[in-house]
This record gives sequence, structure tokens and C-alpha cells, in this order.
Amino acid sequence: MSLRTIALNDLRRRKGRAVFLVAGLLIGIGTVVALVSLTEAMTGQTKANLQSYGANIIVTPRTRDVSLSYGGISVGGLSVGQNVVREADLARIESIPARASLSAVAPELVGPVLVKGKRTLLMGVRPDVQFKLKRWWSVDPGRPPANGHELVAGSSAARTLGLTMGDYVRIGGRRFTVTGVLQPTGSQDDGLLIADLGAVQQLLHKPGQLTLIEVAALYGVTPVDVIARQLQEALPAAKVTSMQEAVQSRMHAVSQFRAFSYAIVGVVVAIEVLVVFVTMMGAVSERTHEIGVFRAIGFRRVHITRLILFEALVSSVLAGVLGYLAGMGTTYAVLPFVAHGAGVVWTPLLAPAAIALAVGVGAAASLYPALRAGKMDPTEALRAL
Amino acid sequence: MSTRVNERRADQAAVRAGEAGRTGAAAETAAPEPAAVATAEAARAARFIDVRGLEKTFSGDGSPVQALRHLDLVVAEGTFLGVMGQSGSGKSTFLAMLGGLTHPSGGSVSVDGIDLYALPGERLADFRREYLGFVFQSFNLVPYLTALENVMLPLAVKRMPGAEKRQRALGVLERVGLTDRAGHLPGKLSGGEQERVAIARALVNEPPLILADEPTGALDSETTVEIMDLFATLNREGITIVMVTHNPEIQRYFDRTIVLRDGRLDCGLPACAGETPL
Repeated sequence: MSLRTIALNDLRRRKGRAVFLVAGLLIGIGTVVALVSLTEAMTGQTKANLQSYGANIIVTPRTRDVSLSYGGISVGGLSVGQNVVREADLARIESIPARASLSAVAPELVGPVLVKGKRTLLMGVRPDVQFKLKRWWSVDPGRPPANGHELVAGSSAARTLGLTMGDYVRIGGRRFTVTGVLQPTGSQDDGLLIADLGAVQQLLHKPGQLTLIEVAALYGVTPVDVIARQLQEALPAAKVTSMQEAVQSRMHAVSQFRAFSYAIVGVVVAIEVLVVFVTMMGAVSERTHEIGVFRAIGFRRVHITRLILFEALVSSVLAGVLGYLAGMGTTYAVLPFVAHGAGVVWTPLLAPAAIALAVGVGAAASLYPALRAGKMDPTEALRAL
Repeated sequence: MSTRVNERRADQAAVRAGEAGRTGAAAETAAPEPAAVATAEAARAARFIDVRGLEKTFSGDGSPVQALRHLDLVVAEGTFLGVMGQSGSGKSTFLAMLGGLTHPSGGSVSVDGIDLYALPGERLADFRREYLGFVFQSFNLVPYLTALENVMLPLAVKRMPGAEKRQRALGVLERVGLTDRAGHLPGKLSGGEQERVAIARALVNEPPLILADEPTGALDSETTVEIMDLFATLNREGITIVMVTHNPEIQRYFDRTIVLRDGRLDCGLPACAGETPL
């Protein structure tokens, strides 16, 4: 027999109050867990979606005097200064400290060519990387080029040159098969012919040279401006431009969503504190007589306080565990409806955090009732005397 | 058994040490002569309970109510004292003050030489635990604890192996004849059995003083005799008992009876010893 035995017996034999207390905490903790895990899942999905928006850093030559351009890059006319990026620079990009934050590095070489007597821009890419980076590039009907003798035509280029899937086209003495036509993108890409990088370097007589490198950095791992600074240090001869504004606006949307969720969590926790407080105050009031007896037979104030707090602690731990399970269960049930295709993110700290929150809420809300019980004058026992 | 007695004395000495610390009476002195010790012991036993000028005024919403008015009383160790009086005469207040439950408005209460209301901090709670056994009128058993657990309750805050607590509680339950009901909740026990559990709970710390408030108030006459016989046995074993009662039929068990009327001692030592004042 100890204070713990008394507390556990009270919880076991006064099931109604114990269940109400645990249920009150459980609902709150479950709601918090569900909100946090749903937020994490939706944030993860949002970040993944943001990756598909393309590059957020562009590596270009230091040059000026643009006459013929793609994406603001001179591809013809007179340029001053270094006007190429080397393919060897790719290895230096892959060696920066934040390389783990890079999801795609896409080299491009763009140059003018004559096709059927018409001046057209030819872009050399690594199709596997480029088509992953630019997910809005849809080749329908058809498929991306798979070797140095295949190309894909932008929608307006295909129209201008009269190209359709399966056609052959000769560029600079090299025969290409048109494997498909890009769906309209509304950008300059519609006017391009897109082929394998190596083949385009040969055609343009620019072996190992690139016009620009598009880099996609993962959101939320390392800040994009930090990655851009590291890239600039790795490539001092090139110009590294981070698309900060776009990144910030995208991340702002994500952080607003998180802030909203955590505000709701705050409200839920506040309500939970009130529920536990009211329940514990009721319990102490209900046990006034019993506390008087405890004091009469020699329990100190601190014994009474510890007794009440221990009961709250046991209820809180139980509610924390059950609340975590209920919250994760709710997440599994609700996620498909609120974020189609998003997966539940298992955060290792969420379970102990849920239990810690339950204990914190239980302790905070029970402290005053417990102290009040401890300070109860033993003359309360006089009611019985 | 002697080990247990030594432990009990050590616990009670700890309470006493608290008072000594307060009064600064811990100065070392030379060992006293045996004759002086015997004299001091006899004086202590003769004034085991020493109530001086005890007053209590309750100030509620209306005018103040004087529950006790300058009450003086000395009770020797081993006495079975009956406290009688009409409702509202101050019996329960008096008992509560003997038990260190409510502070007096004036005067003092000493038990075994310990000035209760001069004890520092929570020493008064320690005093109740180590010196007193309370037996309440309505038993006041904790409804969610079994008879055995109720008896073990005063031991819950003591540093002692659980098995020893259990063994001691079982021993006391056996003493009150309830071993076979140890696992029952109070709701499953008769009034007499609940009373026995309450007495066992009061005895488990082996206190030198038991305070009982109308312990037979809710019992039939046959059970009343059984319970009073039990109290008489405990008294013969050396426990001082102060019992508040309305029942004149049990007065024969008392060594001494006092009567309270309007907060005053209507009949006390030595004049009223053995009288039947109601």
C-alpha cells in the first residue's frame, strides 16, 4: 500500500470519472496528433508538388548583348565575356556541400539551326533528367527522344515545320526521327526542337559546352539562397541566379497552412486544459470528505497533492498513448479525402511528443486542484466527527 | 514484537524531535538519575493529555459562536474517558482539537508532553499519524479500497516494505476478528464489520491514544456490546481512549466521564469521576 496504490485503486474502481478524464484528454491529444500528422502529410505533398514546378536555380554564363535568346540567354549574335558553361561544371555542382538538397541538375545547350530552310532553335538536353524536371512537358502522342537520332518538336515548331510523329527531318546533315510533339506549354519551349545533348553539341560544334544549367533544389531542406551561394563558389566563372521570389511565395503558402494548423492545435490544447481542470476540480470537490479522512489519519499536504497529481499523471499517459493511436488512425482515415495521393508521414518524435503533451496538459490543469486539495483544512473531517 | 515497539517509539520520537527542535530543547545534558527518570515518567503519564484554557470560537456568516469556553482537563495515560453532552455542546470540536485537526482560538493541548498547536509545519500531521487512531461515527472507510487496504491506509505514507505493511494490517484485522473479510470492499460489509475495520485502521500504527466519535451510534445493541468490549480490551492493553457518545448505556465501560454543556466542562476530574451526569 502506497500513494500509488491508492491512486490506481481510485482510478480502477471509480471508472466513470477516470473514463471521462481520459476521454477528455484523448480527444484533445488525438485531435492534435491528427492535425499535426495531416499537416505534415499535406506539407510533404505540397513540397513534392513544388518540385514539379521546375528549377529554382539557373546557372548561366556571364555574358551580355543578347540578340537571339532562350530564357534570357544569348544564343546568337555578339556576346562579350564567357558565353558558355562547361559540361565539366556538372561535376562541380554535384560536389557542393548541399548536394543532398539537389533533386535535379539539367544541362541544356541551345543553338539556332536551319530546318527545311527555316531558322529554328534546337535544344540539347538529357531527356531523362529534363523530362523529370519539366513535368509539364507532355509528349502526346509519342515519347521523349531515346538516342542521338531522335527529337521531339515543340507544338508551334511542329506546326511551322509541318512535323508529326514518325516524320524524319534532316538537320546539318544528320537525320532525326520525330518521336513526338510536345503539348502546348504557352512558353518559348513550344518553338523548340528538343534532342539529345550529345547530338546537339556535335551539330552545333560545341562539344562539352552548355548554354545553361537548370538546378532544382528540394524545398525546406537547405535554403535556396544558401545552395545558390555554394553553387556560385563552385562555379566562380558562371552566373548563378536563384528564383527567390517564386520560392518564397511558394514556401509562404506552405508556412501559412502550417501556422493555421498550429493555431487550431493551440485552441484544442487550451480547451483540453479547461476540460481537465474542471474534471479535476470536480474530483477534488467530490473527494473532500475522503481527503479530510486522509489528513485526519496523518497524510501531509504534500501526500494529498502527490496523490491527485499521480492520478492525473496515470490518466494523462494513458490518454497520450490512446490519443496518439486515435490521431494516427484518424489521419489514415481522413488523408485520402483531404490530400489525394499524399502518404502519412511517420514522425518519430510525434508519439513521445503526444504523451509529453498529454502529461503536460494533465499536470498543468491538475496542479491547482491538487494544491487546493493539499491545502484543504483537516477540519473538513469534522463533517464526519 | 519488540522490534515493532521500538520502531513505533522511533516514529513517535521523530514527532517529539520536531517539537524539541522548535523549542530549542535539544541541548545535551548529563544522563539523569534513575529515580528522577521514574518520577518524570510518572508525571508524564499522569498528565498524558493536558488541556489548558482551551477555547474555540467559530466566526461564520452570522455572529461568532463560542464552541469551547476556557476548558481545562488532565487525563492520565491508560484512561478510558467518556465525553458526553447534548448536541451542540462542543464534544466534536473538543475531540477534533485533541486530535490536532482544528486550531484553538486560545489555550493549549498537550499529548504525552507534546504541545500540539506549537508543532512546526506538517509535524501535526505526523503527530496524528504516529500518536493517534481516529474512529469516526460513520466509519469513514474509503469506498474503493478493500478492508485490508483501508487498514493499511495510515501506513501508505510510511517508508516500510509493502509485505510488512500487509502483514501488520492482517495482524490487526485478525485482532478485530475480520481476517476472512480482508478482501471485501466496505459496501459489502455489515455496520459492525465496517466499525471493526475502522478500529483496525486506527490501531495499525499502534498509537498510544484512540479518539472515537460515537463509534456505536449506527450499531444495534448487540453489535454495540461487541465493539465496546473490543475497545475495553484495547484499553486494558494500555491504550488511552477518549470516546464521545450520547449513549448512557456504554458509560459503564469508561474509567471516567466528563460532560460538556455550552462549551464548558460541566463535570470533570476529580468531582465527576464515575458519575452519570445525563
